[in-house]
Amino acid sequence: MPSIAFTANLRRHVACPAAVVQGATVAECLASYFQQQPQVRTYVLDEQSQVRRHVVVFVGADQLRDPATQSDPVLPDTEITVMQALSGG
Amino acid sequence: MTVLVGTRKGLFTIDDDHGWAISGVDFLGEPVTAAAVGRDGATYAALGTGHFGSHVWRREVGGQWAEVGAPAYPPRPADATDVSPMTQEPWPWTVQLLWTLETGPAERPDELWCGTIPGGLFRSHDRGASWELVRSLWDMPERTQWFGGGYDWPGIHSISLDPRAPDTVLIGISSGGAWISDDAGATWAVTNGMRNEYMPPGEEYGPIVQDPHRLSRCAGAPDVVWNQHHNGCFKSVDGGRNWTEIVERPPAVFGFAVAAHPTDPDTAWFAPAVKDEMRVPVDGRLVVSRTTDGGASFDVLGDGLPDHHAYDLVYRHALDVHRGGDRLVMGSTTGTLWASDDSGDHWHTVSAHLPPIHFARFIA
Repeated sequence: MPSIAFTANLRRHVACPAAVVQGATVAECLASYFQQQPQVRTYVLDEQSQVRRHVVVFVGADQLRDPATQSDPVLPDTEITVMQALSGG
Repeated sequence: MTVLVGTRKGLFTIDDDHGWAISGVDFLGEPVTAAAVGRDGATYAALGTGHFGSHVWRREVGGQWAEVGAPAYPPRPADATDVSPMTQEPWPWTVQLLWTLETGPAERPDELWCGTIPGGLFRSHDRGASWELVRSLWDMPERTQWFGGGYDWPGIHSISLDPRAPDTVLIGISSGGAWISDDAGATWAVTNGMRNEYMPPGEEYGPIVQDPHRLSRCAGAPDVVWNQHHNGCFKSVDGGRNWTEIVERPPAVFGFAVAAHPTDPDTAWFAPAVKDEMRVPVDGRLVVSRTTDGGASFDVLGDGLPDHHAYDLVYRHALDVHRGGDRLVMGSTTGTLWASDDSGDHWHTVSAHLPPIHFARFIA
């Protein structure tokens, strides 16, 4: 099953333990994670359900291609990593 | 007496139990953009975490900080056509800055208001647990005429409820004029009389193109509202419905901050600066301008403030007066906080080593 982990910089703000999730796309995996940890959602996604402008998501070793709807496919062994961008902040 | 100081790198609590001193540091490292104390004594702080969005935290009396809900825009309709009048970019329906927090009236103790960039006004009826966008304002066609002043998108920085009529709400928008509602936000009317000299000839008095930087109401005489505008200084004697320009104010009419005396309608304080292309103190000398005669004349007060090579700018929420009317605090972009115990006649430095100051606010 895919997994999600978060930058330590986000753990300063909100509890966001790494977790195993379910889904075939990044959007489904994030939704699965937010069911477990609903407090994390607004730190990662904005009101329009887009990845925040200064947040970066890696799907395995690749940067997320579709921050608007997170349609990037996810394999059963994919590790998703949520980081902060070097821009902004 | 206690002051909250919101900065680029945290929230500082200052009190005068043994002379003014920092007694608390919260959210160190995080931008704290607004704060307010609710009717029940709980403290609310708005954080702009930079990468991870804006969030609101609450601290009960004697308790610890805990995150509550935050203003959030509804989904942008697929057929929305709102765009910036300047760039034609689609209007973002996402919070960019929680710019001001205000509490509701005594009879609605759970109520909070929040003004944001990009121009949304939000209200909570449950002590910040949830927030709703005031759609009557957001859905006005005139909203799409607002534009950014300093920021890319417009924002609501001032929210003032009339203490005699708590359904009457006055708001100030950079840049979108000042608007008033007499029905708790159900309907809105634009206010008149401001002048924006940078507009093309004939357009200077257009009520929607105005850039009031900060509105401050005299609590004891609520018809009197002072307005530090991009273009100068204005005053209203009818609750903000109409504005009259005060043309002369030494050493400059430009500035961001204004604090109205809590009971004397003729007294207010301002923090003047060289106008928009500079935004620094005139001649490198930081001063406060005070009127005690309704704006007919001003005292220039600098005793205890830096008098040469000072490049401090006082942001719009960074000058405040205590409800007693004689004690003031002022913070600057260079991270210096000053206090006065005598209506601004003399100032002393509380700290010269804070992060850049967004706001300074008496809470007790």
